[in-house]
Amino acid sequence: MKDVMTTVVKSALLRAGLMGLALLMTGCASGPAANRHDPLEPFNRGVFQFNDGLDRAVIKPVATAYRDVLPSPIRTGVGNFFNNLQDAWSFVNNALQLKAEYAGNSLVRFGVNSVFDLAGVLDIATEMQIERHTKDFGHTLGYWGISPGPYLVLPLLGPSTLRDTAGLVVDQQGNLLSGVAHIPTRNSATALKLVDRRAQLLQASAMLDQVALDPYTFTRDAFLQRRQSSIYDGNPPDEADEVPVITDNPAP
Amino acid sequence: MMCPFKEIDMKRRFFAQWLSATTFGALFFAAMPVLAADEAPDALMDRLTKEALDTIASDKGVQAGDVGRIITLMDEKIMPYVNFQRMTSSAVGPAWRQATPAQRKLLESEFKTLLVRTYAGSMSQAKNLSFNIKPLRAAVGDKEVIVRTVITGRGDPVQLDYRLEKTPGVGAGWKIYNLNVLGVWLVDTYRSQFAQEINARGLDGLIATLTERNKANAAAAAKPAKG
Repeated sequence: MKDVMTTVVKSALLRAGLMGLALLMTGCASGPAANRHDPLEPFNRGVFQFNDGLDRAVIKPVATAYRDVLPSPIRTGVGNFFNNLQDAWSFVNNALQLKAEYAGNSLVRFGVNSVFDLAGVLDIATEMQIERHTKDFGHTLGYWGISPGPYLVLPLLGPSTLRDTAGLVVDQQGNLLSGVAHIPTRNSATALKLVDRRAQLLQASAMLDQVALDPYTFTRDAFLQRRQSSIYDGNPPDEADEVPVITDNPAP
Repeated sequence: MMCPFKEIDMKRRFFAQWLSATTFGALFFAAMPVLAADEAPDALMDRLTKEALDTIASDKGVQAGDVGRIITLMDEKIMPYVNFQRMTSSAVGPAWRQATPAQRKLLESEFKTLLVRTYAGSMSQAKNLSFNIKPLRAAVGDKEVIVRTVITGRGDPVQLDYRLEKTPGVGAGWKIYNLNVLGVWLVDTYRSQFAQEINARGLDGLIATLTERNKANAAAAAKPAKG
């Protein structure tokens, strides 16, 4: 219990310090290109660059090696194992959002996968066609009407918003991995999870390099849309077409 | 004495014939626009998705990731149902009004190459896919609708939505003008990037950036084929 409390306090302090840093290091972005969802753009770009550098130097090579060395069924098993832990937390958040069916699905998934297979490695629940509805605490806050606030790029963790960063602190408590008392085990598991997730994204990130004119802007705009959409389970309410139709004839 | 009934009978027979002929004619003419009339937007997307998945499953070139082949197929099967000019102008934004016809043509073709190449890349990784289309929520007179589909394969299902517009005129059909992958609208995602580029280097700068990017992508795609 004490351990948990220390972690809470530590991560809260970290977040608070981060926010303070963010406010100190930046004024507000202004000018014609400023995005209303991204007032901290100069700071965010700094962190984005830092993350990108770290990714290119360390994380991506490790993830690539991981992908190339381990056979695909093992990697699938690792991914399933972490997904299973996540399902337990999704159950809590779906329940907090009063989504009975999704909560039921998450609970049954976690139950079936934990009991009938090797800690979720085989992911029998997916074979049984029980849908996965991943939800974190940021989703829950969003569901109850808390707006995302400014876009925020977190060191190591990547794109987020002020609301979702606050949610992360709670997620940390719901993360079954943080319940592991043996610290080296917990750290190795966390590192493995990170590498596994990164390896799953190798193709997507290669694609990002191809399609994005500015990876920072592309990531931001895609992330914010995706987040909004997933809070509303694919049907965001204000999905009016924001893009105006441009119909003028060509200039002479 | 003529039987009055006979006259009535003849009149009646004539009337019946006329009626059936007219009905037939009316039906025939009514049927013409029905035949040529628009396929409902959800039916259209159902057909296009089915065709695309069948092609992915059966075409050796697509499976091998042959980008040229995929581009040809997309041009042939999908592009007739896409209003690509609207996609481009929306992504470019107000600056589109200042663009010359030549600039517009270049913007359209470079943007198209960028997108098609990207999707061609992801298509070669698609295997054993199935899909379903969610019930269309639209009123009868709607000129713009959203068709929602879900693609299922290995892993989590992928949400794929389309915005379609009714082309003015009977029988002109529906055309796609925006695409949503996993909750992200494509055109919206390019708007800020294009605006950034236009603010910094103007329309020609944007065209140059797109052209360079396409050249780099083509070179990168050609490399593994050689080695």
